[in-house]
Amino acid sequence: MDSNGIKKIWAQEITDTVRELFLCACIAPDVQVMQAVEDASQVEKTPHAREVLRQLVQNSEIALNESIPACQDTGMAVVMLEVGQDVHIAGGYVEEAVNEGVRQAYEQGYFRKSVLDPLSRQNTKDNTPAVIHMHIVPGNQLKITALPKGFGSENMSQLKMLKPSDGEQGVADFIVETTKQAGGSPCPPVILGVGIGGTFESCAMLAKKQLLRQLGSTNPDAGLAKMEQEVLDRINAAGMGPMGMGGDTYCLGVHIAKQPTHIAALPVAVNFCCHMLRHASAVL
Amino acid sequence: MNKLQLPLTREQTASLKAGDSVLLTGAIYTARDAAHKRLVDMIMQGESLPISLKDTAIYYAGPCPSKPGQVMNSCGPTSAVRMDAYAPILFDKGVSCTIAKGPVSDEVRQAIVRNGAVYLCAAGGAGALISKCIKAAQTVAFDDLGTESIKRLEVEEMPLIVGIDSRGNSLFDHGSA
Repeated sequence: MDSNGIKKIWAQEITDTVRELFLCACIAPDVQVMQAVEDASQVEKTPHAREVLRQLVQNSEIALNESIPACQDTGMAVVMLEVGQDVHIAGGYVEEAVNEGVRQAYEQGYFRKSVLDPLSRQNTKDNTPAVIHMHIVPGNQLKITALPKGFGSENMSQLKMLKPSDGEQGVADFIVETTKQAGGSPCPPVILGVGIGGTFESCAMLAKKQLLRQLGSTNPDAGLAKMEQEVLDRINAAGMGPMGMGGDTYCLGVHIAKQPTHIAALPVAVNFCCHMLRHASAVL
Repeated sequence: MNKLQLPLTREQTASLKAGDSVLLTGAIYTARDAAHKRLVDMIMQGESLPISLKDTAIYYAGPCPSKPGQVMNSCGPTSAVRMDAYAPILFDKGVSCTIAKGPVSDEVRQAIVRNGAVYLCAAGGAGALISKCIKAAQTVAFDDLGTESIKRLEVEEMPLIVGIDSRGNSLFDHGSA
């Protein structure tokens, strides 16, 4: 740190950190999520649904014991950077440093390279580019979050610009409707990140960030907490179950956040994540 | 639990009911989006295929690259729905069994019934668990597609659930198919 309180962080440190985060995150899912799957396997009433949930718990144990990815879809690399405004990144460009970390992790970890040109379908062969979200925050630290995002679930995500007259009921109905349309495709049991408000793109971003909220934590907004529970109950009551093959356990948690929007608007985004919710963070 | 040996005869597929748990043993072939597109293009062009489809089991999967000395890395199922455009043609050409996850279109269900075939579901995300059932693996076609190439896998007691049986009964009827 210099006399002005500016902290220097080398691009190489960012590369090394990103590599280690993905090497760790791509192996096994979030501990709370796997606990929720195990808990559900004890109470699930449909026999083949119990069987699937048990397999998922066993799968996670094998992945950890053998250090192989629990799911072969090791995702597109989403990287969130909270950059303290008193940080100076030196020795290279931050986005290149992040991509180099992703490149090294997917090579060293024997992870699947799933990133390609959307039209020619030519694979980039190193899982780059990462999807990088940077946000300037107070302070002189750099927080890096790695979120390898599988696309069985990402593909089922939806955003809709509702009318203000649709109100809370319309929002709740839309969330439930997305799960009915998704059925078994997003590898349920799922976690839903929901964003309400903002603009088209900020609404989607808000939804994505909700996936990182700890499963089982209570929403500080009492109104949203109530909506989360009601939506969760409606989704599971539909009986689609694990993998959409019937049962009580389709959704493990609904995480909703809201932000101010325009007088003409009521945007809602629903981001799906399967039970393979994987993430890791570090602070430099 | 039903133990099934590949290749499946039509009598065997006829005996399976949606919701049955099975342990599958024998040779299966991986193919996902790109390999399906190529196979169906070749069929349309009247070209000979790199694998025989008669009584074949196709596994919709694209594994992680194997580590040195490892038979197969993580290798779970991908979503069946993306192969909806191709699956009926392949069933009509002799495929007796598909292995994947999630719902399929009604056209695919009809093709399953028409051919006395079966759709077996693996637990989505269970790539590590399934890798333990794979005893041998060999790329047999479309090597240039990398993870999407066609691989012949020898599986032993791969845990699956009958998603759609040969009469068209489906576990996905309550949801959207």
